[in-house]
Amino acid sequence: MLRRTFFRLMVVILAGCGLIASPANALVELNINKGNVEPLPIAITDFLQGELGKKISDVVAADLKRSGLFAPIDRGAFIEKISNPDAAPRFEDWKVINAQALVTGRVTQEADGRLKAEFRLWDTFAGQQMTGQQFFTQPENWRRVAHIIADAIYERITGEKGYFDTRVVYVAESGPKTARKRQLAMMDQDGANARALTNSNDLVLTPRFSPNRQEVTYMSFENNQPRVYLLQLETGQREVVGNFPGMTFSPRFSPDGQRVIMSLQQEGNANIYTMDLRSRTTTRLTSTAAIDTAPSYSPDGSQIAFESDRGGRQQIYVMGADGSGQRRISFGDGSYSTPVWSPRGDLIAFTKQSGGKFSIGVMKTDGSGERILTTGFHNEGPTWAPNGRVLMFFRQNAGAGGPQLYSIDLTGYNEQAVPTQGFASDPAWSPRLE
Amino acid sequence: MSRIDTPAVGRMQTIARNPVMIALVMTLAIAGCASKKNLPNNANELGLGGAGSATPGSQQDFTVNVGDRIFFDTDSTSIRADAQQTLDRQAQWLAKYPNYAVTVEGHADERGTREYNLALGARRAASTKDYLISRGVPANRLKTISYGKEKPVAVCDDISCWSQNRRAVTVLGGAGM
Repeated sequence: MLRRTFFRLMVVILAGCGLIASPANALVELNINKGNVEPLPIAITDFLQGELGKKISDVVAADLKRSGLFAPIDRGAFIEKISNPDAAPRFEDWKVINAQALVTGRVTQEADGRLKAEFRLWDTFAGQQMTGQQFFTQPENWRRVAHIIADAIYERITGEKGYFDTRVVYVAESGPKTARKRQLAMMDQDGANARALTNSNDLVLTPRFSPNRQEVTYMSFENNQPRVYLLQLETGQREVVGNFPGMTFSPRFSPDGQRVIMSLQQEGNANIYTMDLRSRTTTRLTSTAAIDTAPSYSPDGSQIAFESDRGGRQQIYVMGADGSGQRRISFGDGSYSTPVWSPRGDLIAFTKQSGGKFSIGVMKTDGSGERILTTGFHNEGPTWAPNGRVLMFFRQNAGAGGPQLYSIDLTGYNEQAVPTQGFASDPAWSPRLE
Repeated sequence: MSRIDTPAVGRMQTIARNPVMIALVMTLAIAGCASKKNLPNNANELGLGGAGSATPGSQQDFTVNVGDRIFFDTDSTSIRADAQQTLDRQAQWLAKYPNYAVTVEGHADERGTREYNLALGARRAASTKDYLISRGVPANRLKTISYGKEKPVAVCDDISCWSQNRRAVTVLGGAGM
């Protein structure tokens, strides 16, 4: 059912028509660490030629707009009609509508059937090309090309890697709360190309991507034996992870993809184990009479954050990858759970329960500098975009209905609903495909 | 994917690191206190059937006349006094009908995170199983499974529902580990 899309892509940098910027000539840029950033007005013209060109520029514009950092200008305001995307535009025409950046492009079909998509990003006030690239790919990959172009624009202007060419695995939910159906699903980060990965016969929870995006580890109640599974996305092949004498749950990959870390339930206790996927050996990392769960590696693999109620309520702890030096890092009011280490390594995102509300927040890896990003009736389960700038989580509002996915900037601004067909929970953002 | 890549033109300036601090201090940390009274203890009290109408030794007899479920306080796995009475009846019934193996299903209310609630449900199932064993039910007749917060029976946004969902249900037969 699922096939890996081999994405043969060639990137060629387009020379800038003789408009080379000197280093002294500062180009348009955006400081995205400032919090509530004023979105940068950007004109994204329809790529020539025809319907596909328009669709690609629509996706580019939608990605940039959802980031909250860009304000694509209404095409109806455009004065110049781009007829040759290789030539310098009439910068005055774009400055007058306050477009600080301009994107032009073209899509053509090669003789061998491949699609060639090219774009140029212009700084209208400096009167210079900022970047230009072309891509060759199969026509069915047009949305990915659009996301890659959006990533290139985002990176060129913000100085940070983009996150648009990524996917999200999640639990798709349907039906009433007392008879809820759940299945694994995967979609592009903008909600497009959503598809089911499992049927809805068995309860499935907490899917997580492998670092190479080819596998998902998750928990399933298949045969009424709640266990951690591994799913190969290319083949659809599934296997149980390990042979443990009890329920295994809350899995996650190590950063090198060689191990799955998870909890094993034995009677009243949950402890954290790893299983090496090659040697199949298991290692026990915690040994308490408490609930130790939700383990998450630091990006260098040297440390593990997890939650434990060994001190009474759930709190976040950190330990070495071998289980050494276990120490509590969360000390605020309420309880803390689902720690997730940032891909940059500097922060840990969490769910916080306090005063009858559920919040998503971040703290430094020593527990200091706590910041709450969003608070409400029920927010849970943060996951990081691979650039560490954006978090996704799920929210259940009071009343009927079910959970929905949301994204929010690390700054706490730009909260956005992530479109899914039905209810959705447990999002996990994919790494970037390099 | 293949990539032919050299920077075209221009150069980005290094961006100053200046994270905005949004410190939101939560001061209300009182967890919901559970009501320990007036909770239904069996299907009859839940209005699911008439007492005495079931065939002795049947599933319905167990559910209606004995009571198939007990309830817990928030975040607690202690067997309450009212629950002990129910489990005592279950143990007597299971002694009388020794052919049944049972599975204890542990559940949590929705006011917690998914992973923790899976473990909490397992803890509740385990403490229920331990109590039944202490009342003479052979361990080899008892299995447990936790569904965390994923299978609520009551749906609303206050304690009247949450207190019904924090439960352990003894299921004749059933699946589990």
